Amino acid sequence: MSDPLALVPKDPERQTAKDFKTDQEVRWCPGCGDYAILAAVQGFLPELGLKRENVVFVSGIGCSSRFPYYMNTYGFHSIHGRAPAIATGLASSRPDLSVWVVTGDGDALSIGGNHLIHSLRRNVNLKILLFNNRIYGLTKGQYSPTSEVGKITKSTPLGSLDSPFNPISLAIGAEASFVARTIDSDRKHLQSVLREAATHNGTALVEIYQNCNIFNDDAFAPLKDPQTRDDVTVRLEHGEPIVFGADRDKALRRSASGPLEVVPADSPDILVHDARNPDPSLAFALSRLDSPTFEHTPIGIFRQVERPSYDELMRAQIDEAIAQHGAGDLTALLGSGDTWRID
Amino acid sequence: MTKQVRQLDRVIIRFAGDSGDGMQLTGDRFTQETAAFGNDLSTLPNFPAEIRAPAGTLPGVSSFQLHFADHDILTPGDAPNVLVAMNPAALKANVGDLPRGADLILNTDEFTKRALAKVGYAANPLEDGSLGEYRVHSLPLTSMTVKALEDFDISKKDAERAKNMFALGLLSWLYHRPTDATVRFLEVKFAKKPEIMKANIAAFQAGWNYGETTESFSVSYEVKPATLPPGLYRNISGNMALAFGLIAASVRSGLPLFLGSYPITPASDILHELSKHKRFGVRTFQAEDEIAAVGAALGASFGGALGVTTTSGPGVSLKSETVGLAMATELPLVVIDVQRAGPSTGMPTKTEQADLLQALYGRNGESPVPVVAPSTPSDCFAVAIEAARIAVKYRTPVMLLSDGYLANGSEPWQVPEVDSLPEIEPAFAEAGEEDFQPFKRDPETLARPWAVPGTPGLEHRIGGIEKADGSGNISYDPNNHDLMVRLRQAKIDGIARDIAPLTVDDPSGEARVLVLGWGGTYGAITAAVRRIRAAGGTVAQAHLRHLNPFPANLEEVLHSYDKVVVPEINLGQLALILRGRFLVDVIGYNRVRGLPFKAEELADVIRDVINS
Ligand SMILES: Cc1ncc(C[n+]2csc(CCOP(=O)(O)OP(=O)(O)O)c2C)c(N)n1
Ligand code: SF4
Ligand SMILES: [Mg+2]
Repeated sequence: MSDPLALVPKDPERQTAKDFKTDQEVRWCPGCGDYAILAAVQGFLPELGLKRENVVFVSGIGCSSRFPYYMNTYGFHSIHGRAPAIATGLASSRPDLSVWVVTGDGDALSIGGNHLIHSLRRNVNLKILLFNNRIYGLTKGQYSPTSEVGKITKSTPLGSLDSPFNPISLAIGAEASFVARTIDSDRKHLQSVLREAATHNGTALVEIYQNCNIFNDDAFAPLKDPQTRDDVTVRLEHGEPIVFGADRDKALRRSASGPLEVVPADSPDILVHDARNPDPSLAFALSRLDSPTFEHTPIGIFRQVERPSYDELMRAQIDEAIAQHGAGDLTALLGSGDTWRID
Repeated sequence: MTKQVRQLDRVIIRFAGDSGDGMQLTGDRFTQETAAFGNDLSTLPNFPAEIRAPAGTLPGVSSFQLHFADHDILTPGDAPNVLVAMNPAALKANVGDLPRGADLILNTDEFTKRALAKVGYAANPLEDGSLGEYRVHSLPLTSMTVKALEDFDISKKDAERAKNMFALGLLSWLYHRPTDATVRFLEVKFAKKPEIMKANIAAFQAGWNYGETTESFSVSYEVKPATLPPGLYRNISGNMALAFGLIAASVRSGLPLFLGSYPITPASDILHELSKHKRFGVRTFQAEDEIAAVGAALGASFGGALGVTTTSGPGVSLKSETVGLAMATELPLVVIDVQRAGPSTGMPTKTEQADLLQALYGRNGESPVPVVAPSTPSDCFAVAIEAARIAVKYRTPVMLLSDGYLANGSEPWQVPEVDSLPEIEPAFAEAGEEDFQPFKRDPETLARPWAVPGTPGLEHRIGGIEKADGSGNISYDPNNHDLMVRLRQAKIDGIARDIAPLTVDDPSGEARVLVLGWGGTYGAITAAVRRIRAAGGTVAQAHLRHLNPFPANLEEVLHSYDKVVVPEINLGQLALILRGRFLVDVIGYNRVRGLPFKAEELADVIRDVINS
């Protein structure tokens, strides 16, 4: 398997979370879920041990997209929705960089939807962190493409009309090779997903449920409330039976008609999670378990399959051309084709 | 039979037929033969946007005009001396451009009742005397080709399709063109289909032999090679010259070339050409849309590449926000707009110069961007390097305005010595700098440091949000914003010190009228000026390569003449700026027909101004 970090220089010094903090004042609202994600990322990066100067965060526009300013790495806060495109040019021309994209549900799925799906199918070496708060935060609370139908906001006083995207289903449909979901409040889980994403060859999409306590507070309450949390969270672990519930008494099984069904954990034929399955249909079925009321919501890695990355293929074509015909010679190029000499 | 050979100093030929008749290929081959022979030349392909418009109709006509001479020429010519028309539609669409006495070579096989009716000919023009003022050569080109290829094991359709090679052979005989290169070309083109290859070569030779033996042509013509400066030459189109110029800029700067592009006529050939040159480390990225194309190019620039994006007008509209970001983050980027007739989809295969205001002003906020424009197909090479030079030196996006005429037109180009090309110094910020400030400017150029990821100690964040002068930290301070807006403007304005002053061609020094152009109208304007001078008139000429900033002496030049004529293929966009900036009452000449100006048309306009 290609290691996407093979060409990224390592720091001989031991790093700590502090190394990744900048002197900039963090300007998210107090209590915003973005703080927890920032701390989790800063806490995780020393584990990779990459030289800080070889790590780049690229973002679009939104509250979430302010993220790069707080990371003591190279950073590019770009324009609304376009971060995957900008990061594609960077990642495909610089194999010595670890390139991360930070985006929001509006940024990635509304204005930037086209770039998102195309980077997923291309499999460029990007690690995309999609902060899903199911709302437009920065523009003060309009509904977003992940808001539930009927969402009452300033722009939809009588309730929103359009069906939301399920980012996981969308990514799987877009041929993504790595698709995961995690949640701002569970640092351990978040970091475990980042660990796999960072070393995945190609585009990794990580949806992070993020609480916007100002415009969409408690959007993920059932997943956070200690009373309900364990009953509704379905933790996906590759190779493990999919068992959940506070008493670990529930499991998943494919019903005769196709969709997944929840059955007692001791039923026969309960599903064992297989994120590496080349066939995406189980991962897709798992993504369809979601419901607006979070009865059972899978978190973890849905899909993690091997596929060459766009940037390594692009590099290989160049290497091949040079190996076959030698490096380009400008004098020869300019004088190529039908030429004639005047004396 | 010995035939008479007559000397000519120049000829204009137009090949016209159905889109499926291979007229572009025929024209292209004739051009290569002519270039190899050593004439000066200039070409004008003209084709429909549809890939296969309905056969035999006026909208389906495709043509290729070539002007060649024993002296230096500037345009594809106003009016053809020779029209090759492969069908009635081609005749009807083009006959209006012919001067009295022109030669008309007609493929009579196609002049059937049905074909005539399709384009509205009530009577057959071959018979009704309506072509009386031309020298008509009625030839059954299709059936002669089929007959010549009788012995080949190919379908009738394939035999008929070779009629363009028959025509090419005939014209090659008529003008004494060398033929080896065309034979070699056909050998390569049809290498995988040997029978078709042999048939096409046979058709080409049959056309030549026909000229030699037929009584329809009693005279053949010689146009002596032009006396061009000594050196190595090749024929080059504008798009090819842009691609070569970009590679040259990459080599001369040591920056890897990254092209982000989305296919669009008439710019796609730059993408196609650059895709072939991976040996130069060129990365070409066909994006999902123009926004991603320019985004990826900018991302590559952020990483230390020479980021380039190529498109046409509608694509520039989509790229505007990212060009604004490049402007605000002060990163190098080359944006090539091969202008076509707009607005909206407009006429994709036709030329225009109407994106000047879009290039200069089509962004939100105060967002000055340098704009350069090549004047001839081969000039595209030098201007591509100039665009890259400015982009890299001043850390700014640069707009390059080519057009459909330059893109597809071609002319001989003296291949430059690599050592004579400008060197471009990226001057990256280097590790080890204490207290690095990403927006601390070079006092002379006002350019900011280009610190690329991977450089230790220079980690920093940039973005479209307003930045504090020096540190680059987010700043909403009113005075800082005012300062930054002015600094960015001053940086671009300052480029005027680093470009050549405008040169004025005013041989007598007594002209009272100046003709000022920009971009692809150079050839037509220069040819018009020569005509006026040849007839004893006095006029000065200047042509702008830099549209932003203008050369420092432009104002002075404008004020040195009583009258300034500005011909543009738009409704007066440069004129608007000149009036606004310099309070000069310039006289515009504006036509937007999707076609280049004709020299005679401009000569008339200029003459009127001189005499008024
Ligand atoms: C071209 C453009 N259109 C609109 C906006 C305004 N805008 C900024 S952020 C945003 C939505 C942000 O929502 P999301 O991506 O979910 O990020 P969040 O703030 O919730 O983290 C919008 C509409 C913009 N900056 N640029
Ligand atoms: S508006 Fe919401 S998402 Fe934005 S910073 Fe405040 S809490 Fe966070
Ligand atoms: Mg949001």
